[in-house]
Amino acid sequence: MTTYGRGLRGLTLATAATLALALALVFFYAPLDADQGFIQKIFYIHVPLAIVSLCGFVFGGVLAIGHLRTGDRKWDMRSYVAIHMSLIFGIAALLAGSIWAKASWGHWWVWDDPTLVSFLIVLLLFATYQPLRFSIEDSERQARYASVFAIVAGAFVPLNFIAVRLAQGFVHPRVLTLTGGNLPGSMRLTFLVSFAGIVLLFTTLWKYELTVKSTRIQIRRLRRELLGDDAVRPLGRSAAPS
Amino acid sequence: MAQEPQAIELRGLARHFGERTALRDVTLSVPAGATLAVLGRNGAGKSTLLRILATLLRPHAGEVKLLGEPLPRRAFAVRAQLGYLAHEPLLYRDLSGRQNLRYHAQLHRASEERVEQLLAAVGMAGRADDPVRTLSRGMVQRLAVCRAVLHEPRVLLLDEPRANLDPAAGELIEPLIGRPAGLTRVLTSHDPRSALVEADLVLGLREGRPAFVAQPNQLDEQRLQALYG
Amino acid sequence: MRTVLAVLRKDLMLELRTFETLPAMVLFSLATFVIFHFALGRATISGQLAAGILTVTLLFASMLAINRLFVADREQGGFDAFLLAPVDRSALLIAKAAALFTFLVVLEVIAVPAFGLLLLGPSLGPPLGGLVVLLALADVALAVIGTLVSAIAVQTRARDLIGPVIGLPLLIPALIATARGAGPLLSEHGQGFPPGRWLAILALYDLVFALLAYALFDFLLED
Repeated sequence: MTTYGRGLRGLTLATAATLALALALVFFYAPLDADQGFIQKIFYIHVPLAIVSLCGFVFGGVLAIGHLRTGDRKWDMRSYVAIHMSLIFGIAALLAGSIWAKASWGHWWVWDDPTLVSFLIVLLLFATYQPLRFSIEDSERQARYASVFAIVAGAFVPLNFIAVRLAQGFVHPRVLTLTGGNLPGSMRLTFLVSFAGIVLLFTTLWKYELTVKSTRIQIRRLRRELLGDDAVRPLGRSAAPS
Repeated sequence: MAQEPQAIELRGLARHFGERTALRDVTLSVPAGATLAVLGRNGAGKSTLLRILATLLRPHAGEVKLLGEPLPRRAFAVRAQLGYLAHEPLLYRDLSGRQNLRYHAQLHRASEERVEQLLAAVGMAGRADDPVRTLSRGMVQRLAVCRAVLHEPRVLLLDEPRANLDPAAGELIEPLIGRPAGLTRVLTSHDPRSALVEADLVLGLREGRPAFVAQPNQLDEQRLQALYG
Repeated sequence: MRTVLAVLRKDLMLELRTFETLPAMVLFSLATFVIFHFALGRATISGQLAAGILTVTLLFASMLAINRLFVADREQGGFDAFLLAPVDRSALLIAKAAALFTFLVVLEVIAVPAFGLLLLGPSLGPPLGGLVVLLALADVALAVIGTLVSAIAVQTRARDLIGPVIGLPLLIPALIATARGAGPLLSEHGQGFPPGRWLAILALYDLVFALLAYALFDFLLED
C-alpha cells in the first residue's frame, strides 16, 4: 500500500512560499521591459508553465513505461495524474502566451513562432488522452492502452518540436524571444524562482491528487472486503484509473 | 505411488473484469486423456475458464498448468498443443472455408493435405469454396471444428461443441473431438445430461465459484439443480 | 516472416473479395480533387499549395483505410484466431502495416496521376522520381502510425472517431515534412528531388515510431 500523503504539508508550504517569493520578485524586482512594458512579465508565468507542462508529458510517458513493465496499476495512476495535470498547465501556458501575443503584437495567435505551434500540436494530442480512456470500458485494458498512448505521445513531444522548428525556424525569426537568449541577472533570478515555484506547484498538486485517488480506491477495496460486494456501488464508466 | 503427469492443473484460479469477479478459487486436476465437463448458468464463468486455458486471458491469481507448463509464462510453448472451439467460429465470413482453413494452417504450421483431409472428414469438401457467410450454421460449426483440430492438438477446449449441429453432423465430428479421439478435453454445455455422459470429471460453477468438483456418478439431481436454480 | 506473409495474404485476399477499402479511398481522393478545384476557383495550382492539397487528400483518404484495418478481425474473431497460434505477435503489426502500405501505394498510383491531370499546373514528369521517394517515406509513416492507432481504436467504443483524433496530431510532423518536401517539386521550373532536410525528418520519424510500435504492440494484444 503506497502512501502518497507523506511530506505533503511541508511540500505545500514550500510551494506557497516559493510562489509568493516569485510574485514579489516579478512585481518589485524584475526590470520593466523597454519594448513591451509591463505585459512582458507574463513571460515569468508563461514559460515555466510551458516547460513544466512539456516535461510533465514526457514524465507521464516514462511512468507509463513503468506500468507496462511491472503491470502494477499504481504506475498507471501516476502517469494519468501527471498527464492530466500537464494538460491543465499546458492550457494555462497557452492562454498566457496568447495574452502576451495579443498585448505585444495585437494578435491572439501567431503562426510564426515554432515553439507556440509545436506546443499547440502537443496539446491537441494529449487532449485525446482522457477521451481515449473513457471509451475503453474494461479498466485493465484502459490502463494498458492509455500507457501505450502515453509512451508514444511522450516520444512524440521532442520529435514534434524538432520538426516544427525545422519547418519554420529558417523562415521567420522567433517572435516571442527576449534579449536573444542571455537573460540579465535580475531577470534570470526572477525566472528561476518562478520556475522553481511552478515545478513545486506541479509536484504538490500531483501528490495531492494521487493521495486523494489512492485513498478512495483503498477505501473501496476495504469496504468490499469487510462488508461484501454489495456494499459498494459499481463505479460505472470512468476515464480515471481505479 | 508415482504421480502421473496431469494434463491440466488449477489451483486457486481467479480472474476478474474490472470490479466484477468472473472466477474464484477454482482448484482441480485433469489427467491426460480425461474429459472435464464444466457446467453452470450463463455468466457463471465457463467461457472465461476456457479462455484462460486457451491462453487468451491471463489468470489474475492462483496457478494454471497445462501439460506441465505454467501459464501465462509458458503460454507460447504450449499453444501449439491446444485446440480451442470457441463460441464464435473464428472464421472470416467473406473468405471461403478452404481459404480460412489454409490461413489457420499457415499460422499453425499444418499442411494443406491436412486441410483437405479434414474437409472431407466433416463432409464439407463440396462447399469448401463458398464464402462462409453463405453457409448454414451447422456447416460453419463443422468448419470451426476443423479449425480447432487442424494442428493435431493434445488438449481440446470445447465451448458448446454440439451447438447448431444436427445428429448427422454430430456424428461426423465425433471422431475428431469426441471421446474416440482420446484427447484430454474440457467442454462446456448447457445441457448437463449429455455432458455427464461424456465426462470423467465435472466442475459446477456458480457465479464464478466452484459449487462442486466431482465424478459423474457422485452427482444427483439435487446438486445439479442447485447450479441452475 | 512466414506468419507475416500469411496474415498479409489473408488481408489482401479479403480486400480482393470484398473491395471495401480501396475503391472508397480512390473515389474519395478524386472527389476531393474536384471539390478543391471548385473551392479554390483556379484553373491550376502549383508549388506549395499543390503539395499541401495533395498531402492532405492522401492523409484523409488513408483515414478511411485506417478505420477499417482491424474491424474484420475484431468482429469475426480474427484476433482470437491469431492469438491462438504459436507465432510471434508482432508479426500482426508488420503484416497490417504492410497491408496498409500496399493500399496507400495502390491509391497513389491512381490518385497522383489524377492529381496531375485535374489540378496540377506543372508537369509531373520531371519530379516523379523524387515524389515517389518522398511519398514512399510518407507511406511508411502513415502505415506505422495508422496501424498503431487503429489497433488502439478498434477496442474502444468510439471506434471510428478515436482513430483519426489520435492519429492526426501524431502524423503532423510527417505531414509537414511531406508537404514541404513536395512543394519545390510541384512548382513551375521546380526541382527534381526534395530537399534532404525533409527526407531526413521523415526517415527519423519512420524509424522512431516503427521501433516504438514494435516494442509496444504486444501490450495491445494481450489480455
